[in-house]
Amino acid sequence: MQNHKSGFSAFLGKLVRQQYFIPLTALVLLALFNLIADPAFFKISITTNSAGNAVLSGTPITILDYGSELAILAIGMTLVTSASKGQDISVGAAVAIAGSFILRMLCGGDSSSGTLHMPIICAFLLGCVVAMLFGAFNGVLVAFFKIQPMIATLILYTAGRSIAAWFNNNELPIIKDATFSYIGGFIPGIPIPTPFFIAVLCMVIITLVLRFTNLRLYTEAVGINENSARLNGLNPSAIKILSFVILGLCVAVVGLIKVSRVSSINYSVIAKDIEMDAILAVALGGNSLSGGKFNMATSVMGAYIIQFLTQTLYKYKVPSEALPAYKAVVVILLVVMSAPTVREYFSNLMKKIKVKEAA
Amino acid sequence: MKKKLALLLVAGMTMASVIGCGGNSAETTAPAADTTTDEAEAPAADTAADTADTADTADAATDEAEAPAASGELIKVGIINNDPNESSYRTANDADLKATFCEENGYDASFAYSLKNEEQINAAQQFIQDGVDYLLLSAADTSGWDSVLQDAQANGVRVILFDRTIDADPSLYEASIVSDMRAEGDKAVEWMKSQNLDEYNIIHIQGVMGSAAQIGRSDALTETAAAEGWNIVMEQTANWNAEEAQQIVQSVIDSGESFNVIYAENDNMAQGAVAALDSAGITHGVDGDVKIIGFDTNKFALEELLAGNWNYDGQCNPFQSSYINDIIKTLESGGTISEKTIIMDEKGFDAETITQEDVDTYGI
Repeated sequence: MQNHKSGFSAFLGKLVRQQYFIPLTALVLLALFNLIADPAFFKISITTNSAGNAVLSGTPITILDYGSELAILAIGMTLVTSASKGQDISVGAAVAIAGSFILRMLCGGDSSSGTLHMPIICAFLLGCVVAMLFGAFNGVLVAFFKIQPMIATLILYTAGRSIAAWFNNNELPIIKDATFSYIGGFIPGIPIPTPFFIAVLCMVIITLVLRFTNLRLYTEAVGINENSARLNGLNPSAIKILSFVILGLCVAVVGLIKVSRVSSINYSVIAKDIEMDAILAVALGGNSLSGGKFNMATSVMGAYIIQFLTQTLYKYKVPSEALPAYKAVVVILLVVMSAPTVREYFSNLMKKIKVKEAA
Repeated sequence: MKKKLALLLVAGMTMASVIGCGGNSAETTAPAADTTTDEAEAPAADTAADTADTADTADAATDEAEAPAASGELIKVGIINNDPNESSYRTANDADLKATFCEENGYDASFAYSLKNEEQINAAQQFIQDGVDYLLLSAADTSGWDSVLQDAQANGVRVILFDRTIDADPSLYEASIVSDMRAEGDKAVEWMKSQNLDEYNIIHIQGVMGSAAQIGRSDALTETAAAEGWNIVMEQTANWNAEEAQQIVQSVIDSGESFNVIYAENDNMAQGAVAALDSAGITHGVDGDVKIIGFDTNKFALEELLAGNWNYDGQCNPFQSSYINDIIKTLESGGTISEKTIIMDEKGFDAETITQEDVDTYGI
């Protein structure tokens, strides 16, 4: 009995030290809360959308659908955080730029026509190039001019939405082509939302890249100690810029999904404050915001937890005025719990319990 | 490798800076154009005067000279507005002002844009120093304007507020031309009442909490709903954002609650709400199950009305310039303004009665 008990607490101690612990606990708690309060939260049903396709619908599907953009951004943000010891706060503005550029390419400057002037894939690839250039711009400021990432990206944060509006002469292009709406909605015949597929594709790609290249090793090395990384033959500047460029690629993907959801754009509010949620996702994933080692999977989990929380708050009809406050309370709890000092305290506590048990 | 990378980055940066500059130059073209025409005007007027002096025999020459000579009496106006990129309302508002306050109408207008109060105040001081006759102001913030408006008064600059009011003594400005957001909301709610639905189950999507448009439009619905016993299924802010509105409506659909009216406080949010309905196969509009109400008469929204996909759209009139023009003409001819606060006419469009002409005239 004694043995079993100490084995259990040792297991608990180990569990608490795991990076998966915090996001998993948050997920389980949220799920349990919803399950007890209203099991219908998890109901998934098949409905027919207005295009006549059978699609899945229900809160879990909604979470996977709308959390996908954040999950994609969390991938890029994790790399930037790890390599540059800071965060990119221009993500929302960059999404506006990428989305606006893609729309500009698609409608060819004629905002009211609604017909496509080039294949969607071409417009998307050009959007990728633009977003990666802006990413590189941030990266150069951070890597060569040694500006703090948050300050460097403040430039684009301020100017980005105006640049986005300028691409389209401040008009609101509307794409009437049905195929364009598949990206942010459903592809006929597939009942699962497309954004989730795109997010999964991004996750698979980044997993393969991290497994089969040295990206993880190099990024973490630069994040942990830039000088020793340089002494070992790495080029810290290049690695940092690379991380910003990869984030730029993520931004372009998100931009495409966002403008596809409503087949239009509103420069001043599209992806508003998404950078804060992306940073939060990285933090919720138990990653240190001061760089170094990172865990991609927990960041992605963090993103879906944020969406889970949002959807829960909507579900229980939290008043508009109080919505940010509720979110803040949960976020404070999660972030404090995932702080290394708190985790250490808990694992020390576990050790003490173990010692007592042994005595 | 390193060199190549550096080259690539330099290319990227120059590209980015070109884009940045491009943005700036696009913004500055308007004022630049103004100054060039100003400069061009003066010599033109001079030469015209010369020709009038030397060759007073030719009638045609004097006729020609009349127009430039009148330019000496242009009314100088300084217009301080919010950034035209802010919203399509602001874009339409700015275009309308530019169209009215032009030389053909006897104005010499300069424009200054900012979303920040301090920058607007600086611009106002600059305009006062430049000796404008009228200062037209859409203030970013309601407070902080007293001293600069007193300066204006001391220098004989007359101030007209448009679109937004400020917390200053009414004696400091001539008139204030504003939209009544509450009236816009009341009009929409009145329309809802006139539909005589069997029951009202409403999703209420709010704008940014605390903004004038949100307060006016929300109060109208909340009060009537309480009085009429309408059921508000969901009341939530989507911060003027289409995607957030989409998520909110999606969450109601997921919960299985029934609803038959969506009251969105702007067109973008109505658009997001409709996207959620479409993916769930819920019909909407004139022949549909759910009535869609939006605000701001964006062109795309009026087109949706015309197509019968939405039901009602309330106007938030951005065309203040004709009102301002009237006031200036009255003041110039020595008249007085009877009412300080002028509330603009605002329409509400019903999908059943809207015409293509309405879309072209009122769409912004």
